Amino acid sequence: MSRIRVLVGTRKGAFILTADGKREQWEVNGPLFAGWEMYHLKGSPVAPERLYASQTSGWFGQQVQRSDDGGKTWEQVDSQFHYEGTPGTHQWYDGTQHPWEFKRIWHLEPSLTDPDIVYAGAEDAALFKSQDGGKSWRELPGLRSAKGHLWQPGAGGMAVHTILLDPTDPNRVFVAISAAGVFRTDDAGQTWKAANRGLKSPYELPDPDAEVGHCVHRIAFHRSRPGVLFMQKHWDVMRSDNAGDSWSEVSGNLPSDFGFPIDVHAHEPETIYVVPIKSDSEHFPPDGKLRVYRSRSGGNEWEALTNGLPQKDCYVNVLRDAMAVDALDPCGIYFGTTGGQVYASADSGDTWTAIVRDLPAVLSVEVQTLP
Amino acid sequence: MIRVVLPYHLRTLARVDGEVELELAGVPTLGTLLDALEDRYPSLRGTIRDHGTLRRRPFVRFFACKEDFSHEPPDTLLPEAITTGAEPFMIVGAMAGG
Repeated sequence: MSRIRVLVGTRKGAFILTADGKREQWEVNGPLFAGWEMYHLKGSPVAPERLYASQTSGWFGQQVQRSDDGGKTWEQVDSQFHYEGTPGTHQWYDGTQHPWEFKRIWHLEPSLTDPDIVYAGAEDAALFKSQDGGKSWRELPGLRSAKGHLWQPGAGGMAVHTILLDPTDPNRVFVAISAAGVFRTDDAGQTWKAANRGLKSPYELPDPDAEVGHCVHRIAFHRSRPGVLFMQKHWDVMRSDNAGDSWSEVSGNLPSDFGFPIDVHAHEPETIYVVPIKSDSEHFPPDGKLRVYRSRSGGNEWEALTNGLPQKDCYVNVLRDAMAVDALDPCGIYFGTTGGQVYASADSGDTWTAIVRDLPAVLSVEVQTLP
Repeated sequence: MIRVVLPYHLRTLARVDGEVELELAGVPTLGTLLDALEDRYPSLRGTIRDHGTLRRRPFVRFFACKEDFSHEPPDTLLPEAITTGAEPFMIVGAMAGG
């Protein structure tokens, strides 16, 4: 029977949750790296025992950890992230130009084909790549050439938080950057172009249709159809049917189109999930009800999924990297909250259970489906 | 022999319990102490001083003999009580406040 391993990054350490394919009984291991901010952990799709983890601290800086036994033991690998050449500048809050400064790694994305290749999304926004299992890192500086001087951090910082590797084209990668937007390369990271046409940000940008500057919170695709992208923007849920060349809004009947995560069902490319949050000023669910919304039509028509989720007095948030799906049938959906709960559904979202409920604030959730 | 006290998170990174003991070659300064510490425990590189610039990270403090050495230059001589091991050199995570 298949097994499920859920990798949970929190403000104060990492946790690994495991269950068999029934997904009923969960074992909680952790905290790993207790006390450190664990922004993200992710396993290699081709060597699932190979895990990468971003470990960071306001006091002691960035570390990257690697495991080759599914998280039982870890090895500290290289943590030197140097911007290529003269780093240059980006927009600062006061409108002046500000030098690029490395702060932390938000997201690690292992290659789909080689366990030693891994990408790292950084704040200040940049994309790094390792080809030796994290023992050394090099920036792909072409990304910051895509009008990086116009990027400006929002209140949450300016970070590469989403990295999507196209399974059908090894030269195509999408990244999303908070307060800058979506960018795509078709030449394995040498050159990038902004992919934000159709996004509208009237409350965040002086030009609502600007080429860069949109606060994209998360993008996702189904691996069978990587040209169809879904986006949770600061406000608005969006969809692109042409690999990001243009976007259209699919917020439909959501109670709020503000939110952070978005994900796609493992077996139904038109079934997508979001967690509406009241607003950018009030980072909690509308009406104190924690509801996942599911669309089976690729957007526009949404249904609330509430069975097993708190429907009163709930004021947690769900952060952008804190939702994931497994590959079983029926598909499992998982998300973590800033209140420390990790909720799971083993039936595509129809019913939910808290598989652990008193962790530190959850920053990220990834799921591995193991043989 | 110089005794160094590390903060909890750096002890776990370096995989040590309690104090660290170092022998310094040459003139015992703040800089040579940190060099020796990082040579002995490479996992600490970048955690006390930034990679490359070797500037002290903002929320790391250096205390010795009840004095704050955090803002002293790297060529600052260490007090005799530190070089003899009578007192430990303390590397401390700054108070978070709140």
